[in-house]
Amino acid sequence: MSASVSAARPRMVVPSLLSAPATLFFIGLVLLPLALTVILSFNSYDYTAGIQSDLTVSNYLTVLQDEYYYSTFWRTLRLALITTVIAVVIGVPEAYILSNMRKPWRSIFLLVIIGPLLVSVVVRTFGWSMLLGKNGFVNGALAAVGIEPVQLLYTETAIVIGLAHIMLPFMVIPVWTVLQKLDPTVEAAALTLGASRFTALRRIVFPQAALGILSGSLIVFALSASSFAIPGLLGGRRLKMAATLVYDEFLIELNWPLGATIAIIVLLANLVIMLAYNRLIEQQAKRKLG
Amino acid sequence: MQRNGPVALIFHSLVVAFMLAPMVVVCLVAFTPENTLTMPWNSLSLRWFEAVFEHADFMASFWNSVRLALLSATISTFLAVPAALAITRYEFRGRDALNALFLSPLIIPHLVLGVAFLRLFSLMGATGSFAWLVATHAIVVSPYTLRLILASLTSMDRNAENAARTLGAGEWTVFCRITMPLLLPGISGGWLLAFINSFDELTMSIFVTSPSTVTLPVRMYMYASESIDPMMAAVSALMIAVATVTMIVLDRMFGLDRLLVGKG
Amino acid sequence: MSFLSVRNVSKYYGPVAAVDSFGLDVEKGEFISLLGPSGCGKTTTLQMVAGLVRPSAGTIMMGERDITHLPPPQRELGVVFQSYALFPHMTVAENVSFGLEMRKVAKAERDRRVKDILALVHLLALADRYPREMSGGQRQRVAIARALVINPPVLLLDEPLSNLDAQLREEMQFELRRIQQVVGITTIMVTHDQSEALSISDRVVVMEQGRITQVDTPYELYERPRNPFISSFVGKSNFLAATAEHHAGGATISIGNTGITFQANDRPKGKHVSVFIRPEKLRLTAPSEGQIEGTVTSRYFMGNQWLVSAKTPAGTLSVAVQNFGAPPPPIGEKVGLVWRNDDCRVLAAGAAE
Ligand SMILES: Nc1ncnc2c1ncn2[C@@H]1O[C@H](COP(=O)(O)OP(=O)(O)OP(=O)(O)O)[C@@H](O)[C@H]1O
Ligand SMILES: [Mg+2]
Repeated sequence: MSASVSAARPRMVVPSLLSAPATLFFIGLVLLPLALTVILSFNSYDYTAGIQSDLTVSNYLTVLQDEYYYSTFWRTLRLALITTVIAVVIGVPEAYILSNMRKPWRSIFLLVIIGPLLVSVVVRTFGWSMLLGKNGFVNGALAAVGIEPVQLLYTETAIVIGLAHIMLPFMVIPVWTVLQKLDPTVEAAALTLGASRFTALRRIVFPQAALGILSGSLIVFALSASSFAIPGLLGGRRLKMAATLVYDEFLIELNWPLGATIAIIVLLANLVIMLAYNRLIEQQAKRKLG
Repeated sequence: MQRNGPVALIFHSLVVAFMLAPMVVVCLVAFTPENTLTMPWNSLSLRWFEAVFEHADFMASFWNSVRLALLSATISTFLAVPAALAITRYEFRGRDALNALFLSPLIIPHLVLGVAFLRLFSLMGATGSFAWLVATHAIVVSPYTLRLILASLTSMDRNAENAARTLGAGEWTVFCRITMPLLLPGISGGWLLAFINSFDELTMSIFVTSPSTVTLPVRMYMYASESIDPMMAAVSALMIAVATVTMIVLDRMFGLDRLLVGKG
Repeated sequence: MSFLSVRNVSKYYGPVAAVDSFGLDVEKGEFISLLGPSGCGKTTTLQMVAGLVRPSAGTIMMGERDITHLPPPQRELGVVFQSYALFPHMTVAENVSFGLEMRKVAKAERDRRVKDILALVHLLALADRYPREMSGGQRQRVAIARALVINPPVLLLDEPLSNLDAQLREEMQFELRRIQQVVGITTIMVTHDQSEALSISDRVVVMEQGRITQVDTPYELYERPRNPFISSFVGKSNFLAATAEHHAGGATISIGNTGITFQANDRPKGKHVSVFIRPEKLRLTAPSEGQIEGTVTSRYFMGNQWLVSAKTPAGTLSVAVQNFGAPPPPIGEKVGLVWRNDDCRVLAAGAAE
């Protein structure tokens, strides 16, 4: 309704000046290092002479052909997927339960569920390593009811438990947001039309929450697949995931080109998922309009 | 609105227990008088908290992290305010691209950023520099400040600024007396969120810190993967305490849900 | 030389003219209303005068001074925005004193003037409140006080009353007029409410699609609207299709298939014309005594009056009947309708010049 005076000024100059510091900063510290990393992934590495300045795809071939690497990728995908499924199975009903709660409880428990986001991942992972360790509290509880202690720490199960714990808020938040916007009387209307509670959920609430679930799954999957602290502390020395693999290549093996290759593959996978997700959203939007 | 049935409430209790379990355990174990990670069933002791404060490396890392978070949150705010003004107040070519660039650290895994920074700094000969560490953190936390400032700019009444103009205020006065005060909640919320994210950042930092610039999360990660004694639990308990206080402050000031969920 | 003069000002957004060749001379102390439907360019016009929108063409003069390209801080006009645009982080007193601070008025003098103006708008007791702690009507008075305190030569108001409920709105209309007359300030007010424009302005400017279609005193505007649009936008009107035969002294008008003819002083263009007459200028009588006969089809009680519709050979006519004596005839009754031919306006059919 009101065009301001500033809009009448030269079109490009002011916004360019305003955004210049941030733009330079981001070009220098996001685009440039990413480009350097892409280049690095095409350099070869010599264990005596270090990084060569040639261009080769040998790193990519190594990663795709060597069983050690592709099995790690496979594990990364598998665990990220399992974590996503668990996050959906726990997070969606939990978000629904939260949104059905009465006034003070709703915000209190929302804080309980998403508040842990403010606690360092290292702290929470350390907590799980204490719970899951050989002499940890889970095994203690099992022993108390007469069950043999089981090896939990340094297994994929431990990683998935830790990931699920870290990721749950990221699933609850988007679903809860969508549920907040739903008209609660719609579900009630379905019930008055003779739908059972379950049918009302399945036919009315769930389809509307689908977008939130989708976006939550995406975040959970992406963050799980590139998580570092959890496989590092709960997976031990042998069970690697993509991030710990990169860490080893860079800081232990010192084979930077190979590490860069893995990192670039992680990045590409991430971008592909994001693009696919945007597609999906667009299609959903189109269907709703058309 | 439907009521939750008993099954729902049992499920909910289990989820809450699952979310709180590791943190509760950490806080309890921190008070153990023993030398191992055991529950303080018999007596409570503060010895491990004392040990933390006497542990030079932990304290150094703690102050490193505090300085780092203060600086990077502040720098990101100074970058984000003008950028947000440009994005919301002007139509210009490349605006969407710029917006995407500024929010890109949310999409690029921190692992990849860490690797990329390490490569850049090794070529520059800047590995281990605290100043460049600050810069990397400013990048990583900028999306949080930017998002909150963008949100408060778009919801702001532009006519308040126009009114000040008609009352005789020049552009600079309008900015200082009207725009900034109205942006302040968004800025402080964004700053706090940036501070926390910088303070807790591990995955990227582990690639770009050197022994002299090690941050608290990196120090804790190293410590936890080598030795497991109750001092780690004490540090963790302290961090949980800090996070709890921050959470309550943030929730009172802005509503945690709004802050963490962002607008839309 | 008039006090404020807007000459041929236009504003284009792309190829579309939001305001097209707007010209208006305002005298000192005058209260002008800009009246028109939504999107006709009222706000744009006002903001061009305020300096918040840059005109594409034309000039704006304050006395001898060309202010067309002057930035808003130098114009020193008082502006009240549609949403009030109070500064939410300042108290009422701080809001009002802002403009004085910008003028570097000394603290003591500032306090005195803020106090005086808040007394004028009856808000002295609320000086330390924040805008969010006040009602719509109180906020509006703060906005007016804030604009007035700098002693601007001209006060610009953009739909200042549109957010208020009907009762408060009526009160505030007269309050606004009172303040304007006490201060003697030249005022331009935007509104899309015709009764508001009629009740408090010296002159009303009617706009349609970016153009001025009529500038007149409220009485003239109501009695002699320039085109059918204005006559229906300002008050209620009956329209009758008619034909005109032009001659030297005026025109002979015959109202379609009724046989009624009369002499008109208006000189509408063309043969096909519209005759319009206000409902309150019609009177109901016994069936045989009227100029035309009809049947009552509806009857609404409005409190101070009745609105009766009667079906006649000339079409359905609305008649306003004062609530005085017995109620008007019920539905289905035959009635006669009487009017004075002088009260009829004749306009070219459908013409919006
Ligand atoms: N910044 C802009 N860009 C493009 N078109 C605009 C802009 N501002 C206004 N317009 C157009 O100009 C025309 C006049 O707008 P204006 O705001 O002056 O209307 P108005 O008479 O104040 O209406 P209302 O009674 O609804 O406030 C409208 O058609 C509007 O769409
Ligand atoms: Mg308007």
